[in-house]
Amino acid sequence: MRVVDVSALTDLVRNLALEANFRLPPDVIRALEEAHSREISPGGRRVLADLRENGRVAQEEGLPLCQDCGLAVVFLDVGEEVAFSGKGVEEAVHEGIRQAYRQGYLRRSVVSDPLFDRRNTGDNTPAILHLRWVPGDRIRVTVAPKGMGSENMSALKMLRPVDGEEGVRAFVVETVAAAGPNPCPPVVVGVGIGGNFETAPRAAKRALLRPCGDPHPDPRYAALERKILEEINALGVGPAGYGGSITALAVHVEWLPTHLAGLPTAVNICCHAHRHASGELGGEERGS
Amino acid sequence: MISRPETPFRMTTPLVPEALRGLRCGDAVLLSGTIFTARDAAHRRMVEVHLRGEPLPLDLRGQVIYYAGPSPTPPGRAVGAIGPTTSGRMDPYTPLLLELGLRGMIGKGRRSAEVVRAMVSFGAVYFGATGGAAALLARSVRRVLPVAYDDLGPEAITALEVEDFPVTVVVDLRGHDLYDEGPAAFLESLKGSGTGA
Repeated sequence: MRVVDVSALTDLVRNLALEANFRLPPDVIRALEEAHSREISPGGRRVLADLRENGRVAQEEGLPLCQDCGLAVVFLDVGEEVAFSGKGVEEAVHEGIRQAYRQGYLRRSVVSDPLFDRRNTGDNTPAILHLRWVPGDRIRVTVAPKGMGSENMSALKMLRPVDGEEGVRAFVVETVAAAGPNPCPPVVVGVGIGGNFETAPRAAKRALLRPCGDPHPDPRYAALERKILEEINALGVGPAGYGGSITALAVHVEWLPTHLAGLPTAVNICCHAHRHASGELGGEERGS
Repeated sequence: MISRPETPFRMTTPLVPEALRGLRCGDAVLLSGTIFTARDAAHRRMVEVHLRGEPLPLDLRGQVIYYAGPSPTPPGRAVGAIGPTTSGRMDPYTPLLLELGLRGMIGKGRRSAEVVRAMVSFGAVYFGATGGAAALLARSVRRVLPVAYDDLGPEAITALEVEDFPVTVVVDLRGHDLYDEGPAAFLESLKGSGTGA
């Protein structure tokens, strides 16, 4: 059993939230550069060059990549041999987010009651927390701030098993086509297939965490990802929606076991400012 | 669109109709002068104020509104990161502001048919700023001055002094929309070159 004080979790969450907001991850930089080399529309190339430059300026000048510093989505994979000491675990995560958004001059965008008050909580909490038990004595933390421009364009559909691969493909492409210029293309598309009403969207969100453009290990799903990506990029939406060959940088699919009577499919669209940072507690501490 | 000049047009606010007439969707423009930030809550309040018969906190004639809620300004800087937000949320309030003299809007994403109709009839242009290029766009902002509704925090109305702020014409005075014409022209160009889409 390893004892971890929750204050260490707060520090790690804070550092990862800062890293994610200021530094474009290397996999996204690579994807943008590759997109720039393949884009043939002059307007699209101009936008892609600006996005790459934006990553440099953000780091150089200490400004967040995007003014929408998002809802702070935090994934915690906690080893079953970990025991926490100190105050509550969830509160430790919120405190890390609170500190990062204050110290980093990051925009606080969370409102409490969504319908009547819509009052800003002032510190970008609560974070959205996804907790999972894993074997071992480590805690893996990923912070993925997500802006609402692309979140608003995401969708869930309870497909029927008979709709099959064709139905999934059509729904994903329709969703990205309907989003058009709004979610800040080129987008990264997370697709969650299977599970149920609440787990398919979570799988879609987790799919976004895979290094941008890495194929699914199952060749059938990898082929589906390629096919969907080709169709999306044939829409002609292009960078910023001004027309071009790169509407999406990547499509990532994750599947879950589901009910024999269902084929839930969730599409989580992420803008090109595809922010995520991961680190570990326990063992050797390291960031990635 | 492809035959339009590569060199950006330079414009200074307030905008005059003669200058806007030459613009076509897809054109790159560098804006200088003063532009105003306002988004969801500020729009709602401006419309409510007007409907109560009270004056707006700013004279909109010839002005440009940038749909933006910047991140907080770090010490020693003019402004925080300041990219555009999705314009469509401001659509319900926009025809009234156009009627009151607004001549330019900067944002990202589609506008409603009603907004485009109002733009054509009042003579206004919708510009796109690159979504998510918020740190880069901050470089063109020299100064931020509070104007109204400070209680709205990142949604307050401010005046930005900008120099060569880079935008693209999305909807021009004729109502032509880059989000329709850009992708269509691109797909057409593929047919021409025989590569197919």
